[in-house]
Amino acid sequence: MTGRRSILQMLLASLLLPLKALAAAWNRPAFEASTIDGAKQVLDMRAEENSAQIEIVAPDFAENGAVVQIEVMSRIAGTEAIAIFAERNPVPLVANFTFSHGAQPYVITRIKMAESQSLQVVVKAGGRYYQANRDVAVSEGGCG
Amino acid sequence: MATGIKMRVRLQSGVAEVRVLISHPMETGRREDDAGKLVPAHFIQVLTATLNQKPVLEAQWGTGIARDPYLVFYVADARIGDTIGIEWHDNKGESGRHSIVVA
Repeated sequence: MTGRRSILQMLLASLLLPLKALAAAWNRPAFEASTIDGAKQVLDMRAEENSAQIEIVAPDFAENGAVVQIEVMSRIAGTEAIAIFAERNPVPLVANFTFSHGAQPYVITRIKMAESQSLQVVVKAGGRYYQANRDVAVSEGGCG
Repeated sequence: MATGIKMRVRLQSGVAEVRVLISHPMETGRREDDAGKLVPAHFIQVLTATLNQKPVLEAQWGTGIARDPYLVFYVADARIGDTIGIEWHDNKGESGRHSIVVA
């Protein structure tokens, strides 16, 4: 019996390995939420303080909402994660970045924007949450 | 479908600037094709980056990331000869990976 059990355990271990290698699983409920508040609830973000230590570089006016390049930087000590929300997109949570082992809390990416709206960035640092907003006017929505 | 990854790295005062461009449709599942049929969702959900196999960045993405995702991130304490790798997984179970040596 013990022989069979150890073979089973080995099989199980080999099956589980690739799953673990996949890092953390995708947070489906957070991306399925249709409001920022809903997504934040899933992500357990509470009582964010406004912070001038978060910098959002984005165009004031974006011609094409299908590709809007943004730059987000946090100067808050101990920043662990940066989440980007677009409140009027069909899926408000755009991205959530988690940093470790020397990665700097600074990303540049290109997002889709359905219409003119305020981008919201939430930074997690030392178990607390901080936020900043940036308005972007969009002439042609890009969430098709 | 092409799922190429282009990566560039530039070392400046010990910080590696990593630029990544991935060929991927990032379909939202809400777009109609020319025949008026909904194009199924097809988008990258998780992207991880490593420095010498150690995780440095995990990105969780939704359909709000633009087609052919572009990402720039920064890794401190990088040295010449270090390897920076990235790996992505999408909602259809497809994946891609690429790595580059800091020069």
